[in-house]
Amino acid sequence: MQATTASHTWRKIKSAAASGLAFVSAVLVIAPLGLVFLYLLRSGANSINWSFFTELPKPVGVVGGGMVNAIVGSFELLGLASLIGVPIGVLGGVYLAEYGSTRANSMLRFVADVLNGVPSIIWGVVVYGLVVLRFKSFSAYAGGLALGFIMIPLIMRTSEEVLLLVPAGYREASLALGIARWKTIVHIVMKTASKGIITGILLALARVAGETAPLLFTAFGNRFWNHDLKEPIAALPLQIFTYAISPYDDWHRQAWAGALVLVVMIFFVNILVRFLTRERTARFR
Amino acid sequence: MAVVVPVPAEKRVAQARMAPPSRFGDKAFEWLTLAMALAVVGLVFLVGWQLAHGSSVAIRRFGFHFLATSTWDPVAEQFGALPFIYGTAVSSLVALAIAVPLSIATAIYLTELAPLWIRQPIVSLIEMLAAIPSVILGLWGIFVMIPWLRTFSFPLLKKFLGWTPLFSGPIYGVSMLAGGIIIAIMILPIITSVSREILRSVPDLQREAAYALGATRWEVTRIAVLSYAKQGLFGAVILGLGRALGETMAVTMVIGNTPQIRASLFAPGYTLASVIANEFTEATTDLYLQALFEIGLVLLGITILANLLAQLLLKTMGAKMTSRAVQ
Amino acid sequence: MTPHKIICLSLLSLLGLGAAASAQMTINGAGATFPYPIYSKWFDEYAKVDPSVRFNYQSIGSGGGQKQILAETVDFGASDGPMSDENLAKAPGKIFHIPTVAGADVVAYNLPGNPALKLDADAIAGIFLGTIKKWNDPKLVALNPKAKLPDTDLVVVHRSDGSGTTYIWTDYLSKISSEWKEKVGTNTSVNWPVGLGGKGNEGVAGQIKQTQGAVGYVELIYAIQNKMPYAEVKNSAGNFVKPTIESITAALATADIPDDFRFSMTNPPGNSAYPIAGATWLLIYEQQKDAAKGKKLVEFLKWAAKDGEKMAKDLQYAPLPANLQERVLKRIDEIKY
Repeated sequence: MQATTASHTWRKIKSAAASGLAFVSAVLVIAPLGLVFLYLLRSGANSINWSFFTELPKPVGVVGGGMVNAIVGSFELLGLASLIGVPIGVLGGVYLAEYGSTRANSMLRFVADVLNGVPSIIWGVVVYGLVVLRFKSFSAYAGGLALGFIMIPLIMRTSEEVLLLVPAGYREASLALGIARWKTIVHIVMKTASKGIITGILLALARVAGETAPLLFTAFGNRFWNHDLKEPIAALPLQIFTYAISPYDDWHRQAWAGALVLVVMIFFVNILVRFLTRERTARFR
Repeated sequence: MAVVVPVPAEKRVAQARMAPPSRFGDKAFEWLTLAMALAVVGLVFLVGWQLAHGSSVAIRRFGFHFLATSTWDPVAEQFGALPFIYGTAVSSLVALAIAVPLSIATAIYLTELAPLWIRQPIVSLIEMLAAIPSVILGLWGIFVMIPWLRTFSFPLLKKFLGWTPLFSGPIYGVSMLAGGIIIAIMILPIITSVSREILRSVPDLQREAAYALGATRWEVTRIAVLSYAKQGLFGAVILGLGRALGETMAVTMVIGNTPQIRASLFAPGYTLASVIANEFTEATTDLYLQALFEIGLVLLGITILANLLAQLLLKTMGAKMTSRAVQ
Repeated sequence: MTPHKIICLSLLSLLGLGAAASAQMTINGAGATFPYPIYSKWFDEYAKVDPSVRFNYQSIGSGGGQKQILAETVDFGASDGPMSDENLAKAPGKIFHIPTVAGADVVAYNLPGNPALKLDADAIAGIFLGTIKKWNDPKLVALNPKAKLPDTDLVVVHRSDGSGTTYIWTDYLSKISSEWKEKVGTNTSVNWPVGLGGKGNEGVAGQIKQTQGAVGYVELIYAIQNKMPYAEVKNSAGNFVKPTIESITAALATADIPDDFRFSMTNPPGNSAYPIAGATWLLIYEQQKDAAKGKKLVEFLKWAAKDGEKMAKDLQYAPLPANLQERVLKRIDEIKY
């Protein structure tokens, strides 16, 4: 069997070209990350000063002020969201990993994955009808609920995955020793998987920390400190959005600073997670 | 040497009477976790019910015409979803047209071609891109991307492709095309990561067989890997589509927010998600609010359909779906 | 301590912070972006007068203000377009319209060289109906013979959200153009024949600033703060008038103000009146639900009607004339809590 040299060379050229294109694609895919992050650094870095982290927003036309209430507000919202997202998500994941039948579980998994694809603004609409209209008030509770709803299917799936990785031998050994099944799950299985569960929670938090759409009609925003969760609350992504679409240069500057802070916090969590779950296996495809 | 001590009879009976592990605790825990797991089902019903309930009057008033009318007139209380369906569809398609080739090529690069040491860093970088919140990308879009598009890229496109209806008309900067590009940036990570998982799951035997027959690297990829993984890759694309359909903040900031249907990609548009974000808190009349709830229902419907389709395709491919924050 | 415990404790302590009862009361309001600059100044100043209460105002557009006060999710609304009879009938209680200041919708634009332009009713209607498409259209050139108007497309910018600024604008257009009245009408949110949508006065101003050849309508203070050129408009007496506090006050002087304070002051008679001006109102329930909040709200309103008005001129808003202020104060007294 003999391929002519010409066609062989042509095939090699095609292959090299394809490899080149693939490499270029990879570069193009990462490029936006670099562009955005660099621009954030350039525009936001010099606006990050002590007053940014300690002062409240100033009225229109007055230069200066900060976003401290938005930063704290975001943390409060995340705390509220976790109260709903973490217990339901983790325990739901436990059910999927430990109990149930194969068919029922795969249906539940299916539903969770579909829920993960629901646009976040829809959650805002749902919670508006459910909570804001009923209690006649925008509130931190409403914002936290919307974010919590987003977290539930996310944490459920990651928890399930991590729990399934715990070797069956652990469960069997525990049961053989006469320990109750639920104690086995809680004290042995979940404990073993705790690192993975926590990283799943952290990732979900990082994901909802940047959400703006669901907060538009729930948390509403607040120019001051909020010490009452039944009242509207400021949040970092909301504040960034409000400032970004304004025509005031000073507000734009602060929007960039806020964006930089938000991105750095999210990246930090992602890097932390990556560090905690680093693969030590040699073979990597 | 172990000495077996015979256990006296009384002690044996006592041991046999030790309480068995708590049955109640087991059942209670199982029910608890089941209830939590069923929360997802509850959530689906909650979402569906809230949207249907909130739009019931509008649904009865407009019927299926809602999906086919292109007037969005709050004064005359005439509402039609067509411009938004069009906007969502076109911006998503543009996004797919840009993102799919790049993502799959990158996935190929990462699984077949790249040196081992470079793979994890690139994967990490892509996951970081996925972590950038939509509003921040929108911010960058308004201040960096749009001016650049308006000054350089769009006029260039118009010069060479202005004869097609797609690239005709005045250039504002904010446009359907800008919306599509920014969505593309947002869905690159998910299509890349899922495609990568799919390609990884292709058995090595396929590749080895092709190599054994004398194929070049590209031919191995094309013949042995891609055609085997076709279905899964299609599933990845649909998953990306599902994500594209629901994108809100970044799109709202760059698409122009004009409910119109135009052939040109330079014209501003409006998506289902954007109109909800812009007009929800302000719909002064009941019918207006109901119409927006109905838009939400339409959006929910098409995203669920897209995600359903994607899940089916990926399941039958047998690939393990990861549900990390990359989604 | 295990990571579990640390996370639980920090979450609980944050919640503790959040739920701690605070001596400070928050009164929430939402609505118009038109008066946002002066309202934010008022709230900031009033916090010094009475530190026990804070006013949290979100400028989401007049439509939003009307909707949220109807839904009772905020304590007061703000709108530059008066609420319709239909909407008022839907409210769970009687709503007072309390006028605060008057401002002007100006025609802002982005042209090289920032020429000073003159426009009349015909030209404005034509631009926003889409019949005048280019800057060097004969109608525009006729009005501005000295300005170098380029042969470029007009990029019309309007509001994408429900807006009282839009209400004032469309109210004017409906009065001077029967075509507009028929095709589009007057409302806080309309079916625009042409143009791009921007969110809030802020969004429109931002859009105009960034787009060469853009033209749109914004509140005077937004044009000034952003150093955007704006046009002189021909009024019903035939004079070209620049939007200033004087010309707005002149328009206000000739307006006929009924008892419920819902009035329109567009296209008024008067030689020096600016034709596209409007007042802005706070929407307050006659019967306040919460006595403590109601009391604080009334105290603020009285302060605003007297001391707040003095700050209006600095921000390019026209304060209410004295006799109107008196009527407003009497109405504020009628609020029950």
